Amino acid sequence: MNCHCVQEMLNIPDDKEVIALVGNPNVGKSVIFNKLTGRYVEVSNYPGTTVDVNYGFYKDYVIVDTPGVYGISSFNNEEIVTRDIVLNTQKVINVVDSVHLDRDLFLTQQLIDYQKEVIVVLNMVDEVEKNNIKIDIEKLKENLGVEVIATSASKGEGIDKLKEAIDKNLFKKGNSTPNLEKVLESEGKKFSWESLAEAENVFSSSVSELQEKIYTLRRTYVDEIFNKTVKFDTKKIELKNKLSQVLINPVTGIPILFATLYIMYYFMGVLVAQRLVDFTMNTVMGEYYLDFIKGIVGKFVTNLFLQRIIVGNYGILSMFPIIFFGLLFPLVVAFHLFMSILEDSGYLPRIAALVDRVFNKIGLNGRAIIPIILGFGCVTMATMTTRILGSKRERLITMFLLGLTIPCSAQLGIISGLISRLGFWYLVVYIFIIGFIFGLVGRILNKIIKGESTSLFIDLPTLRIPRPSNVLKKTYYKSKGFLVEAFPIFVAATLILGFLDATKLLHAIENFAQPVVTGFLKLPKEITEVFILSIIRRDYGAAGLVTIPATKGQMFVALVTTTLFVPCITSFAMMTKENGLKYSVFVWISSAVIAILVGGALANLML
Amino acid sequence: MTLDMISKDQEVIIKSIKSKTARVYALRFGINEGSKVKCIAKINNGPIILRKNHQEIAIGNGLAKQIEVETQK
Repeated sequence: MNCHCVQEMLNIPDDKEVIALVGNPNVGKSVIFNKLTGRYVEVSNYPGTTVDVNYGFYKDYVIVDTPGVYGISSFNNEEIVTRDIVLNTQKVINVVDSVHLDRDLFLTQQLIDYQKEVIVVLNMVDEVEKNNIKIDIEKLKENLGVEVIATSASKGEGIDKLKEAIDKNLFKKGNSTPNLEKVLESEGKKFSWESLAEAENVFSSSVSELQEKIYTLRRTYVDEIFNKTVKFDTKKIELKNKLSQVLINPVTGIPILFATLYIMYYFMGVLVAQRLVDFTMNTVMGEYYLDFIKGIVGKFVTNLFLQRIIVGNYGILSMFPIIFFGLLFPLVVAFHLFMSILEDSGYLPRIAALVDRVFNKIGLNGRAIIPIILGFGCVTMATMTTRILGSKRERLITMFLLGLTIPCSAQLGIISGLISRLGFWYLVVYIFIIGFIFGLVGRILNKIIKGESTSLFIDLPTLRIPRPSNVLKKTYYKSKGFLVEAFPIFVAATLILGFLDATKLLHAIENFAQPVVTGFLKLPKEITEVFILSIIRRDYGAAGLVTIPATKGQMFVALVTTTLFVPCITSFAMMTKENGLKYSVFVWISSAVIAILVGGALANLML
Repeated sequence: MTLDMISKDQEVIIKSIKSKTARVYALRFGINEGSKVKCIAKINNGPIILRKNHQEIAIGNGLAKQIEVETQK
């Protein structure tokens, strides 16, 4: 096939030939990509996180790093991306994990069946010996009919041999799965990769009987190759996987999970949200920067209205950079640093297994814990990652719960600061109320949203100590990506707020909301501003609470109400992007109603 | 019996998987009807953690109920 589709798809020069780098998740594809092209790409140990396609150059080739998949099909976004690249490329470097060869060879054989010219990279060979596995590479080569190169990419071993194989163009079409032609012929189809793709349902997320027949044939064949070429002793696994079992067993796993969450809270909520942000937001931005910018603007802008919009309380050059760089930037970086460590260690899928049972009660499976945990960093980002969930139904429930109950990192930091002043029991009751609403609303949504949720079916990757260089690079790229995306929404939101303030409309809204705020919620009228700020950003709102004069009870009511209050503008926009305006408006209104009802009930009980 | 009924450390052979989608998923992970798997962890009324060779997979309770297994003699 001579097609420039991949070049067109990715907007890369079409005078260079494309080599697709394909493999299961967590096999070290990205490390090999990096060694070949010298360009950084994200390295992840959690399936479903490498969604972007990266490419780089190696001599006369363009190497395209595809998302990790278990097969060429269309079960999720990653697979669709990989499918499109693979089907439009002739040369493929297939990276396999030496320790999970039986699993990985399915994809290898599928690529061979599609008549691609393949080089197989047998990666992580250094772990083979540690696991008491013996692989007969010559026999594997003979059976597959393609070149097999052993590497230990993270140590740089075997990369020269791989480069040599590319230079010598050792890409070969291998031995197809026996009897594949017969199966296709019995269906009245002539054998070709196109008819195979059609028979295997490659362009559909549903499954068919013919597809299953072909998969079974391929699986049986691959297992035969595995049995002929690999010898192993499982005794050693027992010891190695003790830690994995400790993490999954509820008796030990739940305390470890709470300890992890506490470390995360301490790191995010205390060290960063309070101590570091106090310095970056209040001192660096709030004092030095603000004085500086006010001085400059004061010299050049004499119009008071404009001055207010530019450097007023909600000014585009005052509040925006103070919040964005002073508050959000350190929190986002810290959060991604923590999450990258968790992801690369392989712990997240184990947390998913641990909480699966509880999540089933609210119509979700354990995988939904990933966006929920991410939500404590930023609900907007978490809303985006609900893409990893199996069905639309699960995504709708998770997004609703994220928008309603999960406070984002900065808000969490501020809430924990304020609640610690109220006393320990307030904290316990606060967690109980929010947890109760999470469970109750989840159960209601589970009842009213039609359809069925999917069951947990998740691969548990090998536990690894994260490599600091990967963690740092990943933190950098993820933080950068997020901040770039949030920037325009922040600018727009600040301009709106600045305009409301400068035209005194903000004051009018405050008066309008008074019956609910001072009447029903029994809170001081200044809280209205907190609610308005919460619409823009939940953390803006929470920060506003610090300066409000309130009794202990009022503060508690305010904390609960603002936690449950509407999702911020950025997550509202993200929800609209993912599910349409109707859904996000529904979540927005429901959250406001639930927050006010719960807050009002609390106020009438306590105040 | 079904997969949800097995206990930790028990080795079983997968006889049948009711859900077609799950069968196709399992085939790609390396598990098919006839595969020998070992339960390495189990959460009461929750997921079963299986291992085949070096591969670990967590299977939710609902799905485990749809998988017929046979105990190893």
